[in-house]
Amino acid sequence: MYIRIIEYMNVWIVTMHPWLLSALGGILIGLSAVLLMGSLGRIAGISGIASGLVTGAGDRGWRIAFVVGLVAAPWLLQWLRGDSGIGAPPMSWPWMAGAGLLVGFGTRLGGGCTSGHGVCGMARLSPRSLLATLVFMLMGVVTVFVVRHLLGVVGP
Amino acid sequence: MKIGMALLAGFLFGAGLSLGGMTQPAVVLGFLDLAGAWNPRLLFVMAGAVATTALGYRLVWRARRPWFEDSFKLPAARRIDRRLLLGAALFGIGWGLAGYCPGPALASLGAGLAPVALLVAMMVLGWWLAARLPARNNDAK
Repeated sequence: MYIRIIEYMNVWIVTMHPWLLSALGGILIGLSAVLLMGSLGRIAGISGIASGLVTGAGDRGWRIAFVVGLVAAPWLLQWLRGDSGIGAPPMSWPWMAGAGLLVGFGTRLGGGCTSGHGVCGMARLSPRSLLATLVFMLMGVVTVFVVRHLLGVVGP
Repeated sequence: MKIGMALLAGFLFGAGLSLGGMTQPAVVLGFLDLAGAWNPRLLFVMAGAVATTALGYRLVWRARRPWFEDSFKLPAARRIDRRLLLGAALFGIGWGLAGYCPGPALASLGAGLAPVALLVAMMVLGWWLAARLPARNNDAK
């Protein structure tokens, strides 16, 4: 019975249009943000939650639990439906290292990432978050244009 | 109870990223590649997430306080400063280089891919470095 429900849901997922599935994924992310606000009164900003673990925020327990849930989810999906949804890294290791450093430094300096500014901040209509989201989207577009179309680098 | 709520929220977030295609850097880079074969999936994820959050926040804010804490902890910063703009710009460049923002980077750790582990390690180093910046650089007027 239980197995049948999982199978049925998986068929439903794999036959869904990717855009619709993405909107559904977005709704799950939204529910996560609402749950964290309703229960703990916190913004669901991944960079803020996780960076607090290395920069000495006092309240480690809920931060660790959130990150554990985040890492466990694709792993559990792999187990349930045979697809974690995790794609292959698109670039060779020097690019990955540089990208990681910029993402970490930038999100901490700017006080948020795609979730904190992009989802929660925009939902709160925060002017800071709206501007930050515009800036990182724009810089992402410019960077991809330079890397792919000017430098001609695609993949490792 | 607090731990359980945070665990469930993290799980919902990770499942949303995975189903939404956001743990596939090719999909994310496809969204940012306006001059290539543009992939709009990230737009649908953002729309679903922002709409749900905007609606849900207004519902939970009707209560005076969250279920398990004394108060809602909303960001106090209001000023648009150099720190915000420079940080967002650097983040955008890093995002465009490999297609990972912090959520998908962490959620992808479970697959045991060495390049992702390297990216996450460097991201953690970046957080640590940025937190060590002297305050006068942080809040330049």
